Amino acid sequence: MIKKSKLRGEFFMQGDIACAEGAIAAGCRFFGGYPITPASEIAERMAYRLPLVDGAFIQYEDEIASMAGIIGASWAGAKPMTATSGPGISLMNENIGLGMMMETPCVVINVQRGSPSTGLPTSWGQADMMQARWGSHGDYGSISLSPNSPQEFFDLTIVAFNYAEKYRLPVFVVTDAVVGHMTEKVVIPPVEELDIIDRKYTNKKPADYRPYDPDDDLIPPFAKAGDGYRYHSTGLTHDERGYPVMSEECQRRCAKRLVDKIKKNADDIIITEEHDIEDADVVVVSYGISSRTVIPAMEKAKEKGVKVGFLRLVTVWPFPEKRIRELSKKVKGFVVAELNLGQVVLEVERCAAKHAETKLVGHPGGGMHKMDDIVNAILEVANE
Amino acid sequence: MSNKEQHKLEHPMDDLLRMDRIPHIWCPGCGLGSDVAAFADGLKKAEVNFDKVAVVSGIGCTGRVAGYIKLDSYHTTHGRAIPFATGIKLANRDLTVFVFSGDGDLFAIGGNHLIHAARRNLDINVICVNNFIYGMTGGQNAPTTPLGAYSSTAPFGNYEAPFNLVGITAAAGANYVARWTTVQARRLSQSIATAAKKKGFCFIEVVSPCATVFARKNKGGTGLDLMKEFRNRTVIDHKADPTQIPLTMDDEIVCGEFVNREDPTFWENVQNGIKDQVEKNADWEKIQSEKNKRLYKKTLKYEGSRDIG
Repeated sequence: MIKKSKLRGEFFMQGDIACAEGAIAAGCRFFGGYPITPASEIAERMAYRLPLVDGAFIQYEDEIASMAGIIGASWAGAKPMTATSGPGISLMNENIGLGMMMETPCVVINVQRGSPSTGLPTSWGQADMMQARWGSHGDYGSISLSPNSPQEFFDLTIVAFNYAEKYRLPVFVVTDAVVGHMTEKVVIPPVEELDIIDRKYTNKKPADYRPYDPDDDLIPPFAKAGDGYRYHSTGLTHDERGYPVMSEECQRRCAKRLVDKIKKNADDIIITEEHDIEDADVVVVSYGISSRTVIPAMEKAKEKGVKVGFLRLVTVWPFPEKRIRELSKKVKGFVVAELNLGQVVLEVERCAAKHAETKLVGHPGGGMHKMDDIVNAILEVANE
Repeated sequence: MSNKEQHKLEHPMDDLLRMDRIPHIWCPGCGLGSDVAAFADGLKKAEVNFDKVAVVSGIGCTGRVAGYIKLDSYHTTHGRAIPFATGIKLANRDLTVFVFSGDGDLFAIGGNHLIHAARRNLDINVICVNNFIYGMTGGQNAPTTPLGAYSSTAPFGNYEAPFNLVGITAAAGANYVARWTTVQARRLSQSIATAAKKKGFCFIEVVSPCATVFARKNKGGTGLDLMKEFRNRTVIDHKADPTQIPLTMDDEIVCGEFVNREDPTFWENVQNGIKDQVEKNADWEKIQSEKNKRLYKKTLKYEGSRDIG
């Protein structure tokens, strides 16, 4: 079979397609999914691309199966991905928990639409942010990246695969229908310029291998099905051998490491983008598509004499607590612009509580912020 | 430890069981021990490379099987063993993949996955242990509980018609469909060996005794009594129409290999489908680049370029 490598060069490309191309570039060779607006184009592109690079595409019977399937594929050694929107994530959350517990590298794309429930299928929102963090039951650390352009959708899909492989968990790319459906310039660099990370495989002999024995970085080395390790993995609370143990002590070890491995590596995971933050009185915090309304709003507020900076969360989870705490001691307040009625703002409030004011510019989705709403919020915080 | 080691050397199933996890959690009189033994025996008969066999289970009494079998084994979520196994198989087509789970797991919460896997004729093997009840959670009604049987959620007798598992699977498109009871251990292991070697979706129903809840609720006696009853009620008829042999409380249990066909599998169909495309698309990358460049130049005229964020 002819192996088609990834594309390279400059393209005029839709966000969803860029995401699929990012996945192919990152080495994704399994896609399991179920059609849903506005994420279907990712599945369509993968259906076209994967068979030509010796990968496997399957359109499952629902999102529950899709999520279970990518976990299975990951255990067989593939880099797998699924893509959906809010209603699909609601179904996937069952097996997202399994992926967290079994520590399975995989990538889940959420192209958000208006919500709750069926909501606005063809329109956008950012109201799945807390779901991305806490969607499945139980305690676990999780990673969510939020691109604001097709180019970044390409780039961050690769980063998501890298994080998934490095930290062994399902990683979310949480974007929205605008980024998914908009067409912009996307530059795909030559393959040798991309930084691709593969999971850490064990170098132990099968007799000595324990599938959940972590290294110092809290990540256990991987062994895939068919390599002769003949190990066990379960969604039950398990010990280092992967065997179920129903004790408080084992639960502590097992669940705590799932949280700690992300906490401990937060500095490596968190990506932010800062503009004019050094001497700012007011800092606007935003992510994804709403961050694109912030830039002109900032310019307008500056014209009115406010010293305003911008902190864009490229990584939303783990939340950049440290940076917000630092900034809260220097600034008057934060303005949080997001297309929901108050989700990530809760985190900013929590971190800034003692030192600075936090103001939400919310929006229920289905439209964008009016630039003036953000400008007014900046002025209000500046003048208080 | 020394006792265990001694044991290890002696037992013929040792190389396929996790002896460090024995004793298992199943009740005295349960059929699962024999079913697992038949599975190990079947794999040996099939002479497959054990390093290339993966076992996936869902949740419930039978869901615990994966934990006791010394192969690459995965104990997944309730009902999702089949899509999980599908992922394993499609990502590494060299593996032999078995799903070993119960009737509630595969036909209630996981029913949709099962019929679709059979429809696609995926190259995976499903062993469904049917004990007519939810054992692990304490004896609730299952989609297989016979009409009139008692369970903890059917205190006045079950009023829901049960599924006929072999009928559904045959109708959905499986390449191989068989039914045995725990009593026919050798025929069962032969069936498992056949499935391990056979392409396409293979389904084996194992009618198995639940002494602790099903028998107690229905005055069926001990596990041994149930085994005797199964033996007396079993009729082996390979030519039986699988859709016409439902299981009831008293009628005969028709066993046999009902379906054994050679329809192309999911992956064979994928390969057929893309055979021509691969050559046709040899220049795909180049064509895409050209097409995109043209499109990009055209739009730049209108848009200009603007850096954001």
